[in-house]
Amino acid sequence: MEDTLLVARAQFGLNIGFHILFPALTIALAWYLIVFRLAYQRTRDLRWLATYKLWLKVFALTFAVGVVTGVTMSFQFGTNWPGYMNKVGAIAGPLLSYEVLTAFFLEATFLGIMLFGMNRVPDWLHVLSTVLVAVGTTVSAFWILALNSWMHTPAGAVMDQGQWIAADWGRVIFNPSFPYRLTHMLLASGLTASFVVAGLSAWRLLKAGADELARRTLRIGLATAAILIPIQVFVGDQHGLNTLEYQPAKIAAMEALWHTQGGMPLVLFAIPNEKKRTNDYAIEIPYAGSLILKHDPHATVRGLDEFEPDRPPVGPLFFAFRAMVGIGLLMLAVSWIGVWATRRGRVPPRWMLWGFAAFTFSGWAATLCGWIVTEVGRQPWLVTGLLRTRDAVGAASGVKLGMSITGYAITYALLLVAYMVTLTHMAGKGADPTDPTADSHAAVVPLARAAE
Amino acid sequence: MTMDLALVFVVIMGASVLVYVVLDGYDLGVGMLMPAASEDEQSFMVSSIGPFWDANETWLVLGIGVLLAAFPKAHGVVLGALYLPVVAMLVSLMLRGVAFELRVKAHGWHRDLWNWLFWAGSFGASFWQGVMLGRYVTGFASGFGYWIFAFVTGASLCGGYVLLGATWLVYKTEGELQAKARAWSRWGLLWVAFGVALVSLATPLVSDTVRAKWFDFPGTLWVMILPIATAVTWFALWRATRPGGHWKREWVPYAMAVGIFTLSFLGLAYSIFPYVVIDQLTIWEAAAHPSGQRALLLGTAIVLPFIVAYTILSYRIFGGKAAKKLYD
Repeated sequence: MEDTLLVARAQFGLNIGFHILFPALTIALAWYLIVFRLAYQRTRDLRWLATYKLWLKVFALTFAVGVVTGVTMSFQFGTNWPGYMNKVGAIAGPLLSYEVLTAFFLEATFLGIMLFGMNRVPDWLHVLSTVLVAVGTTVSAFWILALNSWMHTPAGAVMDQGQWIAADWGRVIFNPSFPYRLTHMLLASGLTASFVVAGLSAWRLLKAGADELARRTLRIGLATAAILIPIQVFVGDQHGLNTLEYQPAKIAAMEALWHTQGGMPLVLFAIPNEKKRTNDYAIEIPYAGSLILKHDPHATVRGLDEFEPDRPPVGPLFFAFRAMVGIGLLMLAVSWIGVWATRRGRVPPRWMLWGFAAFTFSGWAATLCGWIVTEVGRQPWLVTGLLRTRDAVGAASGVKLGMSITGYAITYALLLVAYMVTLTHMAGKGADPTDPTADSHAAVVPLARAAE
Repeated sequence: MTMDLALVFVVIMGASVLVYVVLDGYDLGVGMLMPAASEDEQSFMVSSIGPFWDANETWLVLGIGVLLAAFPKAHGVVLGALYLPVVAMLVSLMLRGVAFELRVKAHGWHRDLWNWLFWAGSFGASFWQGVMLGRYVTGFASGFGYWIFAFVTGASLCGGYVLLGATWLVYKTEGELQAKARAWSRWGLLWVAFGVALVSLATPLVSDTVRAKWFDFPGTLWVMILPIATAVTWFALWRATRPGGHWKREWVPYAMAVGIFTLSFLGLAYSIFPYVVIDQLTIWEAAAHPSGQRALLLGTAIVLPFIVAYTILSYRIFGGKAAKKLYD
């Protein structure tokens, strides 16, 4: 039973972890596209149009992978976690369906108009389509994070006939951790997209240093990231304080705080020892933990011993959290250095361009680490205090799960390699404002419809 | 509220699945027909589905989403029983969707690989959906014969999607490719006739419930409208796609194919209703808590009309014949 639970979790984690990569990029990239599209609308400068078209292609490819991996998710809730729908389906079901209804159709339909409709629809409708796609990606994040946050900090629900139903939808949606989590994720998406834009532009400059369009997008990506990261640090800190209030066991595991303690140190590095419930090889800063979490060096912080046995595993949280913060700080340094190095039209030296290119997917790494912290940190609960993960798992046999997990893993590996190769290939060719075919998407097609 | 919410949602869910089948059906069908066309023709073929396939697939997510939200018990039972076909279908859909985007950007053997994966993914997704249907109508009965039946249904659904894809191409293309599409339509039609006949004969044999519904004369005489109308549509489409035949409104063959699918779907729905898992679970037994259903209905009632409206808008914008090289 425990083994099935573990495999079911591994499979779900694999699917959702792979899926989240693509929305994490498209949410904010859609807003970049609005900027590029409006810049073209205002200036009628074909270079902006070429920039728009290049990143629209990146967007379309990413979106397609997001769609096909997202279809998988709609099947997984019932197959892996039937207990979830039986217990909290009256809350999760409507929220998931609202996402499909208000976001998925909007994005998919208007993306078609963005891609192929430029010469078929009036300008205003094309701009509107670009805006609607961005609204769609963001609305999608709104619903899915409302549900996810509710699973962390449930509110507004009452028990009726053996299942949890919404007594107050306002409190269900705007549950205590939702504003923090939504902001944190939207900023994470902004950073992911900024580093992809900057990284792929740097890649282009390594091949064609004179490309002024790539210089401009490099600068835009770096500058946006440089502004967003400090905001993200602040929001992340606020989110942490919110977690301390509602899910203290998660914080204790993140900080590897085994025992309740006053004047808690900040553990910079250690190997948490689950058996002895202590940290090996710890490097600590005295009092810093209490200072960060409670803004008072002597304050008492509740340790894992207060929550036994309902607490998450320490190792994954401790390391994933440090990895996330570490990558975030590196991103901060890279973006600030980058903004300095690109000031007043300067082109950074090649070694620095290589550095930006290497950071192309840094946002993905940080986002995944963050999700590991928050999701593993909720264990052993599926919905904090209401439903345990092990009470929700389905009866699928280990063989079925094993076969499917292998199939998915092979497919994902293939898709990821193909995706990254194609992306770097497209970016390497760059945007070409003189390309006569750049504006030919539908030019050869008459507007006439079939005989009517 | 005295409205029977389970009934409302079974209609919404059924409609979503039917819309999914006739919309994604044509783009899966076009995918399966790719190897039969020249490289030049393939360019027109992908252009004819490019603006639509993302949104078409979303109807599947909606159908499954409504199943999950409105009939959670059925979602668990049905998708649990169909576990491996579902995984196979999803992997096929993933490969195909990505291959569709990547094939135009690749060169040399890469391009061949993605072309092949686009075909294989389209074929696999169609086949496994058919297998799911075959397993579903027999109530997931175990035994060798039932699996053979499911595989034959899988092959038949491929034929059905080929029909949808070919008639879609009759509408979206012209000249030689259109003539080819007419011929493909006829192959699809023969295949469909075989598949529909098979399922229609097998389902009453498998289930007493279904037999009683269709062969309890004379009370059930009126439902014979369904098979008769299907047959009439079939012959009309056979005539409409004859070689050298010309139909002024070229969307009519596709509409007829949609008609055949809709009639077959209604027949199937009539057979199974009010069960959601045949002879095991009715829609009322599987229904979610009324609280969740009410919330879902509110959102659906408000948003669905908008979705329908802008979907129609999109089909009007991209109406007419497909352009070559919409993609490159």
